[in-house]
Amino acid sequence: MAEVAPRKSILAMVTTDRDKVAAGGGAPVFYARDEDEAQHTAFLLSRILDAMVHDLENGVLILVRH
Amino acid sequence: MNPSFPPLLGQAVALGMVAGVLTRMLLLSSDYRRYPSLPHGYLTHLSLGVIAAAVGAAAVPAFVRGEWTAVTFLVVVATQFREIRDMERQTLRAIDEMALVPRGAAYIEGIARVFEARSYLTMFTALVTSGTVVLTGSWLAGALLGGLALLQALKLKTGRILGEIATVREAPLRFEGPHLYVEDVYIMNVGLAQERELLQKHGRGFVIEPRDARARDALAEPGQRQAILFELVNALGLRKDTSEPFWTPMLRKNADTGRMALVAAVIDADPAAMRRVLERVPVLESARRGVASPAGPERGASKGGEEAAWPK
Repeated sequence: MAEVAPRKSILAMVTTDRDKVAAGGGAPVFYARDEDEAQHTAFLLSRILDAMVHDLENGVLILVRH
Repeated sequence: MNPSFPPLLGQAVALGMVAGVLTRMLLLSSDYRRYPSLPHGYLTHLSLGVIAAAVGAAAVPAFVRGEWTAVTFLVVVATQFREIRDMERQTLRAIDEMALVPRGAAYIEGIARVFEARSYLTMFTALVTSGTVVLTGSWLAGALLGGLALLQALKLKTGRILGEIATVREAPLRFEGPHLYVEDVYIMNVGLAQERELLQKHGRGFVIEPRDARARDALAEPGQRQAILFELVNALGLRKDTSEPFWTPMLRKNADTGRMALVAAVIDADPAAMRRVLERVPVLESARRGVASPAGPERGASKGGEEAAWPK
């Protein structure tokens, strides 16, 4: 889990911008109305999936299992 | 005992066994790392130590009496030692699979190897002691040389530690957007604002600066980094739970400077204690670098340029 070279996979994406993600891209996409909702959804998903939330700085948050 | 068995050989075996068992006992110390765990780990290794000492002590007297089959026993016992290594490896690996912060394979191999090597040392001390008694006919000489062998074995006990090859100092955490830095070293991308706040509050940053190019290469070894993280959380307690990966301690490198930076959230977050633990992390045998490198140990120093910023 604390490996220096982890095997990663994207489990889900949370976004406020529909143009930035493609549906059917391999991971479920959750749309959020605003930044707050995106943060909250990502938080819930991270606890459910044991995943880390990363910010792509374009309105997309990804959940990654490390 | 065989009535024709000379008393000297009896003395040799007895003294050799005492020296061997003493060696194993002195090498078998558990410290703050709590390994081997009392009391069953101790029992296993002491028992095997007694066997090793017995075989080592009996070898020379057996040869003196023309019992060449004693060689077979040495071989059999050596096989047992390899099994010790296997046993330790399997135990630690099994534990590692469940751990929030694992020891890592490199560290486990190191520990397993040490357990095997210490059994050889036990046998060796016993052999030297009893051999000296047989050859010189004096138990005093045996005790003396056995003592020397024991001291030599104890010298091998303490390997190098991190504080000898690098300096460790506390450094503040810094966020740039979602990006976590410690000084100029990038650590990770933290997407949730609340996790950034938690890390800022409970996380501690440290910079580990290698003293030379060899130390830099040792520190860059992923196995060594994992050992550092493991020792830290093992000694001071981990804040992380299974569903909170953002608490995972991280150790990252700035490739330009060779400087390593660490972020960890431990229960006992006293920076002085954390520094002490970090400085005492063993340098893994498998992470040692440089001496036989075709590029030479000083390859970093000759380049100039950015290398001038290197800590000397």
